[in-house]
Amino acid sequence: MKQLFYPFDISLESEMKEPLDFNRRSRTKDVDRVFRAEITNVIRLTEMEKLFQVRIMDDAERQRFTFLPGQFLMLELPGYGEIPISISSAPTNKGFLELCIRRAGTVTGALHKARRGARVGLRGPFGTHFPMEKMKGNNVLLIAGGLGLAPLRAPIFHVIQNRSDYRNVHIFYGTGSPEQLLFDYQYDEWRRIDDIEMEVIVERPDPNWKGPVGLITKLLDHVEINPRETYAIVCGPPIMFKFVCARLSDLGVPMQRMFVSLERRMHCGMGKCCRCNVGSTFTCMDGPVFDYWSVMNLKEAI
Amino acid sequence: MLFRTLAKPDFKALVERILASTEVIGPKRVGTDRHGRPIHHYLPVESFDEIDLDYETTEFSAKTYFLPYKENLCSYRFQDDDWRQEIRYRIQPRAIIGLHACDIHALIKLDKALARDFFPSPYYISRRKNTFVVGIDHDPCEGGFCRSLGTDTATHGFDLFLTDLGERYFVAIGSDRGFRALSGLPAAEITEQDTEDYLRVRKRIAAGFKTEINVQNLPNLLDIEFESPVWEKWGGKCLSCGSCAMVCPTCYCYGVSERVSMDFASGAKTKQLYSCNLIDFAVVAGGHNFRPNRQTRLKYRYYHQHRGFMEAYDEPKCVGCNRCGRTCLAGINPVEVIRDLQAEDET
Ligand SMILES: Cc1cc2nc3c(=O)[nH]c(=O)nc-3n(C[C@H](O)[C@H](O)[C@H](O)COP(=O)(O)OP(=O)(O)OC[C@H]3O[C@@H](n4cnc5c(N)ncnc54)[C@H](O)[C@@H]3O)c2cc1C
Ligand code: SF4
Ligand code: SF4
Ligand code: FES
Repeated sequence: MKQLFYPFDISLESEMKEPLDFNRRSRTKDVDRVFRAEITNVIRLTEMEKLFQVRIMDDAERQRFTFLPGQFLMLELPGYGEIPISISSAPTNKGFLELCIRRAGTVTGALHKARRGARVGLRGPFGTHFPMEKMKGNNVLLIAGGLGLAPLRAPIFHVIQNRSDYRNVHIFYGTGSPEQLLFDYQYDEWRRIDDIEMEVIVERPDPNWKGPVGLITKLLDHVEINPRETYAIVCGPPIMFKFVCARLSDLGVPMQRMFVSLERRMHCGMGKCCRCNVGSTFTCMDGPVFDYWSVMNLKEAI
Repeated sequence: MLFRTLAKPDFKALVERILASTEVIGPKRVGTDRHGRPIHHYLPVESFDEIDLDYETTEFSAKTYFLPYKENLCSYRFQDDDWRQEIRYRIQPRAIIGLHACDIHALIKLDKALARDFFPSPYYISRRKNTFVVGIDHDPCEGGFCRSLGTDTATHGFDLFLTDLGERYFVAIGSDRGFRALSGLPAAEITEQDTEDYLRVRKRIAAGFKTEINVQNLPNLLDIEFESPVWEKWGGKCLSCGSCAMVCPTCYCYGVSERVSMDFASGAKTKQLYSCNLIDFAVVAGGHNFRPNRQTRLKYRYYHQHRGFMEAYDEPKCVGCNRCGRTCLAGINPVEVIRDLQAEDET
């Protein structure tokens, strides 16, 4: 008897055969296929954080990989699990990526034991980004607390590489204590760049500490900027960006020009698992980067 | 839409023809509940007679055939210090006979969330496109409020849709595949008499609805009543068991976990359906829980059904099947929760 139904083999569809590109969101693709990537260097930053330099192994895939500052990846450790991690490198580096990872549990714990040469999987980039284009011609405040410097590095690198596009640039960074400071070897370099103000503050200084002491908001007391021509990117724990944004708002910066990055549990990065739901949206799709006015309007965002 | 009529023995012949080559799923009576009512599940059948097309409802929806409770997303083969990833999609054809209109609407909603716009899921699409769907009309089930949600009739999302006219079925043909399936069978062009009979049956069904709610103002109401005591009242009873989401035909959220074989030669990444009522739904590393209490979690289930999905797709995610209400051991049912919210708004 003639066959009633023919199997529909989705992997034979033309869209499925296109090179894997997560930026082309509407195309049907192997959404759970990972880019194979190799850890090329592990850089110890603090007790808790390491910077992993990884390289997408396939040349063509590495060249094709593009992202915008603020976007994140799903990092896969086969057999252990998959976790969302911000991209902490310059967008121009394409598939040579830097990921700054805090030891926090199963996957990050295993990763902290991984060595140079180990292979991981990457999917992405996912999520929204900081509006670097729109910020052109304006003053830029780049503010981070704690691990927030990880997602802030991509916009910092972008601003540095395109310094002439922006007016005054300030980088403010704060942590609890001096030994928690991330990327301390880079501050000098950033400070030497013409017209980049960088200030670092800690809450609990040690005897060697010479810089300012207090909460990050204190650094905002002395900035001289025209708030109407200023954009701010604020990365850190909710309690931190809440206070910083409130302060900026007092200074007159419109909330639509302050950008923060939200963190939620994530199992897909593609608006499918619903785990990152906040208000009526998904953090992985409409975020993680939101302008602060949207955050104020989202239910239970902070 | 093309319509035909098909004598009941001919429909049986069609199902037997499908059974000859393809897996068939149908509503099967599996037991009796404590009130003496039959219990049905959508299960694989071996013969036409195992299918009970007169069923009222099923405890579980048919979503498991599109979104399995557990599904392998990929496997890993480990060798030396390296690994390879393997991905397979299920492509075996399957037929589901006897879905009610609400469950077909549930598939249409899942299509919107999972097969369109952004990151279409090849896992879902593959299962959906390889499933031949035959729907059937029925008198309202107890507690069902599909009519209030406009999901009591279906005009697409199926291959064939039957309406029982006594000796024969009135058949709506929803796809080319459905059309071809009928070829060789004595399906007749519809007559005026058929149309008349069909409309009479539809009227009878429509008149049978006892449960009605107004969902028009829900998206706005949910926003305004975000801090409503209604969530205390109902959420306070919730056992956080997640059964409501498991039986719901449209709940699709999930978690992912990985495991490694005993010999460390392979690993698998598995997706498992989850529920926003489960306590660790929004727990992140370090132990912080964004939704630590059950009231908030229950509220968010309604929030997604009636506001989140509405904002994204201009329709609620709920199809009014009341499976969640039926299954809930704490007696939480959507009609009463929604009515309470509305009452709260009026006082
Ligand atoms: C958009 C985004 C960007 C992030 N960027 C960074 C970064 O640059 N550096 C960094 O160190 N951390 C980052 N995190 C947090 C990081 O994802 C968690 O620390 C990590 O998931 C913990 O995984 P684990 O297996 O080690 O912990 P466990 O506690 O063992 O977690 C088990 C599982 O729960 C889930 N999970 C737990 N916590 C989180 C969480 N916070 N977010 C999402 N899923 C979670 C994951 O699926 C994880 O595998 C980011 C989180 C998000 C949402
Ligand atoms: S509403 Fe009912 S079924 Fe759902 S989680 Fe709560 S107790 Fe369980
Ligand atoms: S929420 Fe309840 S009534 Fe609505 S579709 Fe899901 S199970 Fe059915
Ligand atoms: S991470 Fe899955 S929906 Fe956002």
